[in-house]
This record gives sequence, C-alpha cells and structure tokens, in this order.
Amino acid sequence: MADQPKQEGKPQPAPGGQAAPKAPPKMAVTAWESDLTRMLQEQFGDRILEFSSYLGQEFLLAKPEAVVTITEFLKLEAGFDYLVDVTAVDYPDRPERFELVYILYSFSRNQRIRMKTGIADGFKPATVAGVHPTANWMEREVFDMFGIEFDGHPDMRRILLPEEWQGYPLRKDYPILQQDQAWVRENLGIDSAQ
Amino acid sequence: MADSTYLDSTELVINMGPQHPSTHGVLRVILRLDGEKVLGTECVIGYLHRGVEKIGENRTYQMFAPYVDRADYVAAISNGLGYCLAVEKLLNVEAPPRAQVIRVILTELNRISSHLVWLGTHCLDIGAITPLFYTFREREMIMNIYEKYCGARLTTHAFRIGGLQYELYEGFEQECREFCDVFPPLVDDYEQLLTGNRILLGRMSNVGVLTAEDCKAYGVTGPMLRAAGVKWDLRKAQPYSGYEQYDFEIPTGRNGDTFDRYVVRMEEMRQSVRIVLQALERIPEGPIMAKVPKVIKPPVGEVYVSIEAPKGELGYFIASDGSTLPYRVRIRPPSFVNLQALDIMARGSLVADVVAIIGTIDIVLGEVDR
Repeated sequence: MADQPKQEGKPQPAPGGQAAPKAPPKMAVTAWESDLTRMLQEQFGDRILEFSSYLGQEFLLAKPEAVVTITEFLKLEAGFDYLVDVTAVDYPDRPERFELVYILYSFSRNQRIRMKTGIADGFKPATVAGVHPTANWMEREVFDMFGIEFDGHPDMRRILLPEEWQGYPLRKDYPILQQDQAWVRENLGIDSAQ
Repeated sequence: MADSTYLDSTELVINMGPQHPSTHGVLRVILRLDGEKVLGTECVIGYLHRGVEKIGENRTYQMFAPYVDRADYVAAISNGLGYCLAVEKLLNVEAPPRAQVIRVILTELNRISSHLVWLGTHCLDIGAITPLFYTFREREMIMNIYEKYCGARLTTHAFRIGGLQYELYEGFEQECREFCDVFPPLVDDYEQLLTGNRILLGRMSNVGVLTAEDCKAYGVTGPMLRAAGVKWDLRKAQPYSGYEQYDFEIPTGRNGDTFDRYVVRMEEMRQSVRIVLQALERIPEGPIMAKVPKVIKPPVGEVYVSIEAPKGELGYFIASDGSTLPYRVRIRPPSFVNLQALDIMARGSLVADVVAIIGTIDIVLGEVDR
C-alpha cells in the first residue's frame, strides 16, 4: 500500500517512526439521568456500568450476568413490555469482543431504551426468551450471524443459514466473499455461489 | 396393531412449502398434525438470505440505500424512508419541509399499494380470486406515479439521505388527487364484495386469534397489534417526517383474529388516502435536499430509528465508527418478528387455517430472510 498515491486530506503517519497509537474516537455521549435510572441504580448498583444518551436516545451498559434480571425488572416494574430487537456488534479489538444490544420499548411510557452488554468470545450469555418470548428468533439470529450461544435458550439453532454451515458471517473476520466451500459444493454441486 | 381401531390416529408431520403458492415466497412450514388439527408448526426460513447486513458493512451509506428496498420489496419506499431517517439521525440533519411532505405522500401511497397486494393475495389464498384483479388494477395507478417520479416501480430508491433527488414531475399532484378520488369508492366496492361474505367470514372469524398480551410478548406490531385492540401506531406514538401535523385515525379491532386484521388494513387504506390529501394541500416551496456532505462520514455513534411500515415496526440500528462505511447495519424487520407468532396462532387450528394465518401476517420473505 506504501506505493499507492496518498489519499487526499488524510494525515499520513511519518515514515519510519511509528505514530503513537491514537485512541479510537468515542461516542460523544451525555449522561442520562431520570427517575428510571435512579430506580435502576438503586436496584442494581454496580451491575449497571453506565447510563448514557446519544442524540436523544438513551441506553445503559450492564454487566452480562445482570441482563436477564434487568430485563425482567424493566418489564415488571417499569412497563418495558415489548422487546423490539436483540442484536450484536462485533469489535474484534476489544477484550469483550461482542456488544449485545437489546432494544426495549414501553407502551405505557412511550419510551424506547437500549441495553448493551459487552461479552468475550465464547461467553454464553443467558437468554431473555423466558422474559420476552420474542427473543427466541432474535437470539437465534444473533447465534447464526455471530456465533454467540445463549445459555438456556429453548432452541439454539441457526435460523437463516443452513444448519451445517461453518462460520459466522457477521463477524468482522469473515470477509464478504467468504462462503462455506464444502457446503456449497456438497449441496449445490457448484464450486462457488458468487 | 391389534388394539388399534379405525378411529385411532397417529401424529403426522408434513411439509408446507417452500414451493407452495400460499406461503408468499419461499417459506417452509413443518406442520405436526393430528388429522386435520395442527399440533405445532415450525418455520424454516432463510431461503432468500442474501446477507444484506453484511453487504451494508461493505458499502458506503449512499451505496447501501438501494439495497434496503430489496428487503420488503412490496413496500420499498417505506424501507428507504426508514433507512434515510436513520442515517439522517446519525448525521443529525433533517430533510427540508418540502422533502418531508413529498416523502409522506409517497410513503402513504406505498402503504396503500402494500395493503393492496396483501388484500389480493390473502383473498386468493382463502378462495376469493376476483379481488386480486381489482387490487392490482388500483395498484397500477400507484406504480405509475412511482414510475413517473423516479423511473422505478418496485424497488424505487425514491429517497436520498438528506431529502430527495428528484423534484416532482408536472402533473404529480393531479395524478395523486385523481387516485384519491377514485380509490375510496373502490375500497367500498371491495368491502361490499368481501366483508359480509359468508364464506370469507367463515374462513376469517376466530381464526388465528392473537391477544394483545401475546402480541406484546412476541413483539408483534403493525396491523396485527392494532387488530388486537392496541391503539398504537408509531406515526402517532413517536411521529417522524411531520406526521404529527396530519389528522388521521388509528383503526383498531377487538378480537385480534384474521377478520379484525382484515378490517384494520381496509380502514388503514382509507386513512392513508386522507393523509395523502392533506399532504397535497400543504406541499411547501423550498429545497428538497438538506446540506449533506458528498462523502458521508457520520461521527462515531449508534442510533436506532424506526418507522411504522405497512407491516409493523421497521427499525434500523446503525453503528458508525466514523468512517464512510457503516460499522454495523441491523434491519429490524416486522415480517420476521411477526412470523414468529405463527406457531401460537396456528396451534389447535385446521390445516386450511394455516394458509389464512400466513396470509394475515402479511409477510414478505425478502424481509424475513434479508
């Protein structure tokens, strides 16, 4: 890449000497404080690491062990009775590689919040399907795409990809053109599905 | 065998789909049956999986916009609106008023055309062939408006991040007004043909009942939730694109059965006409594009933005790492989530009801599988 013409406007690291590693830019969040956060703080203490708000959207960062109890508490005590979505984001450079995102909505408050938790590769977070049955398919999709297995899930199988497929496509180390060559050859009788 | 009598039955497992005309695409349902009675179902999905979310991570924000149209291709404009709103939120910009009103017109027309496809195919599934020809005739008028506006009929890519690319063509307002004149009496016609029809009532009443509690537990949104009596519509609950300025009703049902969902969707089409007419009255002058940089590089952050798509809550969760490519795009599809409730709706019903229930969920497999 060194011979390539420089990209316009991009500061290039000085040749030879390694530039000091820059800390990755962070989300410019503001603190989130309300009756709800105070209630959660009281109930869960240091099991909730952070209450923040970004562009007017509120989220909390919880320890993975506390996710199910927080979800249950939010549902029963605060009216967050609709689990909108469960998804994940892969940050391979972080020690806690995956960030699970739970989006919750309360019909009575007309409020939507997000609950996030960081987990390491191989960690098996507990399922929230016992609290919100809709999590069943959502967590299956997270398993399918990221390889995060949910502990206690009633039906932990792939959902969109074939069951025998190898690899988890939404991980960052899975290139866009990668496929399960053996599966494609065996089941489709072709060398490539591209 | 000696003990068995003629009346004994064994559990039977059969496949419905993936090539079955009533599964609206490539949905495979494994049915466990006791005679005609459904003991349980299992959906096998993913036949249309194209890895849209992975593609999103490898395209710039603008390049990804046409892809979202291919999720729910029956309501492509709604998909586009949701995605554009999400990126606009991430960039902290808002489309100019003129663009917002035009967006509302096109999105509501899209709601009508999506419901028309549902009405035609759903009735076809449960034995009424005629409505399909009527609904596709009316849908054609909407398709023509799209075609004249942006050149495409189905996967339109009508909106851009920050507003619109195209100005309205000459005669747009007139054609929309013509449609709004012609259409409501036609909905009355459909209703005359269908609503009191005994065969249709027999196929729809008390079939696939889903209570409000079940809807919330399974995350079911859209007309299905409203049919269960919950007056909840994101256009009212958390208005976007200026929906708070329009006067319209949220139709609801009582029993949450297939018939109620039918009634709710029929009424929604009428309400959409109302919104379109109000919007036509107030298209402001002005620019149609906000100031959005040519190279879109949102600051590091993440947002979740959702809209009331014809099928329910359609959300986009986008995480940005500050580069030109989205770090993660998650599409929260209403069809996928609503389909999960098939099992509890179908349990205890008859095989033929499964067809009606699949139809009433109004799934589009492109969105289920992404």
